[in-house]
Amino acid sequence: MRYLPKSPADREVMLREIGVKNIDELFSHIPAEYRLRRDLKIPTQRSEAEIVDYFRARAAENAAGFATFLGAGAYNHYRPVIIDSLISRGEFFTAYTPYQAEISQGTLQAIFEFQTMICELTGMEVANAGMYDGSTGVPEAVMMASRVTGRSGAVIAKSVHPEYREVLTTYAKNQGIPVATIGFLENGRVDLKALDAAITDQTACVVIQSPNFFGTIEDVTAIADIAHKKGALLSVSITEAISLGIVKPPVEADIVAMEAQSFGVPLGFGGPYAGVIATKEKFVRQMPGRLTGQTVDKNGRRGFVLTLSTREQHIKREKATSNICTNQALVALMTTIFMAIYGREGMKELAKQNLAKATYASNEFRRKTKVLFGGAPRFNEFVVQGSEDPHHLNDRLLAKNIVGGFPLQRYYPELGNASVWCCTELTTKQQIDAVVKEAK
Amino acid sequence: MKPKLDKVRPHPSQNEGLIFEKSSPGKAAYKLPELDVPDVDAAKLLGASARTDLGNMPEVSEFEIIRHFTRLSTWNYAIDLGMYPLGSCTMKYNARVNEVVARIEGLANAHPYQPLKISQGALRIMKLLSEYLLDITGMDAITLQPAAGAQGEMTGILLIRAFLESKGNPRKKILMPDSAHGTNPATAAICGYQVENLKSNAHGMVDLAALTAQMNEDVAGMMLTNPNTLGIFEEDIHKIADIIHDKGGLLYMDGANMNALVGKTRPGDFNVDVMHLNLHKTFSTPHGGGGPGSGPVACKKHLEPFLPIPIVYEKDGKLGLDYDRPKTIGRVKAFYGNFGMHVRALAYIMANGCDGLRQTTEDAVLNANYVRKKLEDVYELPFKSPSMHEVVFSHRQQSPKGVKTMDIAKRLIDYGFHPYTTAFPLVVPDHGAIMIEPTESEPKEELDLFIEAMRAIAEEAEQNPEIILNAPHTTRVARMDETLAARKPILRWKPSADSQKA
Repeated sequence: MRYLPKSPADREVMLREIGVKNIDELFSHIPAEYRLRRDLKIPTQRSEAEIVDYFRARAAENAAGFATFLGAGAYNHYRPVIIDSLISRGEFFTAYTPYQAEISQGTLQAIFEFQTMICELTGMEVANAGMYDGSTGVPEAVMMASRVTGRSGAVIAKSVHPEYREVLTTYAKNQGIPVATIGFLENGRVDLKALDAAITDQTACVVIQSPNFFGTIEDVTAIADIAHKKGALLSVSITEAISLGIVKPPVEADIVAMEAQSFGVPLGFGGPYAGVIATKEKFVRQMPGRLTGQTVDKNGRRGFVLTLSTREQHIKREKATSNICTNQALVALMTTIFMAIYGREGMKELAKQNLAKATYASNEFRRKTKVLFGGAPRFNEFVVQGSEDPHHLNDRLLAKNIVGGFPLQRYYPELGNASVWCCTELTTKQQIDAVVKEAK
Repeated sequence: MKPKLDKVRPHPSQNEGLIFEKSSPGKAAYKLPELDVPDVDAAKLLGASARTDLGNMPEVSEFEIIRHFTRLSTWNYAIDLGMYPLGSCTMKYNARVNEVVARIEGLANAHPYQPLKISQGALRIMKLLSEYLLDITGMDAITLQPAAGAQGEMTGILLIRAFLESKGNPRKKILMPDSAHGTNPATAAICGYQVENLKSNAHGMVDLAALTAQMNEDVAGMMLTNPNTLGIFEEDIHKIADIIHDKGGLLYMDGANMNALVGKTRPGDFNVDVMHLNLHKTFSTPHGGGGPGSGPVACKKHLEPFLPIPIVYEKDGKLGLDYDRPKTIGRVKAFYGNFGMHVRALAYIMANGCDGLRQTTEDAVLNANYVRKKLEDVYELPFKSPSMHEVVFSHRQQSPKGVKTMDIAKRLIDYGFHPYTTAFPLVVPDHGAIMIEPTESEPKEELDLFIEAMRAIAEEAEQNPEIILNAPHTTRVARMDETLAARKPILRWKPSADSQKA
């Protein structure tokens, strides 16, 4: 086997040194009835060429090169090539979690830069590194809010990504966390009256998403006021991180639970992505996940270490803030490089291009169909309500190598023939025009 | 005594500040294409929600970014550089073809919501990986959705909970051997269970008498790592399963140590009900400095109805996703799991084949036993049961000189190795564990250098403990002030901070 660095002679010498006759002796303490006496039902070793061919064939069945108008929690942005050049360095991608600070300063400093940039973008004071993704960030934020407030309930907006809500349900039901869901108004924003009514003296956390699942930007200030007046914390999920370049960050929130996939992470059929939780300094000790902090070595040189680990499972075991261990470090590194590439000005320009494309597209759609949720600002997604089942339009577009918007029937049957469309800097006017021509 | 530093010699590494310290207005590493639609007035469109200032985000050029992160990378140790014997972590070679196939356009750029008819290739990969993992584990059904081992544990315990609930009572407690990973008790707590510890016996294995005494109708099940974290195969595994099953409980297996078993024995055959795998350990997807992981959960038939949605299914040669599963525990993560890791793990399994996988397991066990044999006269073996893929020593022979497991670990760095896992498992007295997992990826030459280094350190502990206590001596930075880091946390850079250049 080409990955295994031993010759048959090496193995013989080692067995002799150990003092056994053959390799089976080293497995002899496995009860005989449980020893596997056949080959696994897996073909024998394949060559590299065969492996590459196999995956190329699968990729071809998957079809590539389609224009896409899908967003809905996973976004098609350009990935600068240096991201992969840098993360492909073995020193990054074949290293472990940086527990041994003296020989992990590269990873640690990069995480410190990640935490800093996330804070700058979200308006929060501390950020972890990190969560699995945006969806699992929701229950982690709710559990964190429970620890902070000593309460246990959650109120979540129906305009939060439906799969994120499902993940919260899974986590919450086994911990006795009641979850109430509140609806949205004609303009796509959270129904503030319903929100106010849903928060009780047992509500630990209000969870919203902004821009929400329909692309609408929420009135975070108003929502935070309502939550805080009743002693609950506000957690804001962000699925489209590029919005932070042009949309005011949710500074009034107590927790930001974001998905950073838009920052240079491939769509990859849904993962791996990069979740982050950011918060206020006063809540840091209730925060889940890893944190890197600056310190000095014994000679006074600046360096970085994983810190405040008394929150974590390897120290606190069943009393930890979360069971999370391995998370998404290399993906977080991708996002760090992306954020450094676009930086202070580029992030703005990039976000503005997204806004311009989506604005053009929604204006064009409006000429032929209904575009829902006017009257509140949007970023790069919008909801189209046609006169036909959106799958029909999508089928016609697929024949032209275009993937249409995400139909909302499964999660929002009340919206009828609606689907959510996304435009990014990669969407062209020509593609938009081709789509609108087919719409009805 | 002159330390034997045959494996390494020092070479300069570049200093490099924080990316923010290189920033100045007007530098840029990006260029966007010309806008082909009318430009917009963001302030007008977004009103009060508009943002104009991005604070201290850096402004740097492309080449500075290349240099910055390349310099940082050289400050890391990595499996590509040398042996990384972290017990429990399975630091094995990460094959490059895995990286290549994961980046093929049709896979890397597939949107999770793209129509099924243009997702058949991705679903086929998930299906084939599932089939292979089921044969490897001897289980009946599987989900690839969990994002990492700890989330797999949660998924598995929720399956147990849902199953017991369907029988009328989810029960209250989960039994936990004292050698368990920290994630196990943390997981049980997240799933709404109390944790009850179970003491190991003198051989480092589950104490059957204690298990019998503690197992009752309040106990939902047990989380067992096998081989356990001492690297010891639980020889009474069938009795353990029987004791738990007799009282209506279920047996969860933490598959972190599956690298000791693949192709040699199957958890399904020794009556495990549900288990997770760490694709980033056993199946060689890269650790990446702490992720991404992937933690598929495999279970027996009786737990299948409860698996997370969606499930990949095949009908008339077409693959689809089944969301209509009334008994499901729900969803544990958005989309379908860390698909990029599924691709890599499948490529690893294909490259190895059934023959290579078996040889891999045998080499992993051979390596650990070789290290054990060569060091057992200078480091104490707290438990003498046979070792599988890892061996756990203690610092008992060195601690009278004030030299503890962490000190020995730090000294190993000077000899050119990443430290082993320190102070875990907790079942080793005095937090003295020295947990070594060489994996199959180490050639004999590297193992011999490691053994030589460990022996030299044992000698230093006798003759010159100071050199160990102050190690490492050769790194860019010396031991860090962790107390300061925790007492006055600095968790982000700020322009006002009077930060000295690195």
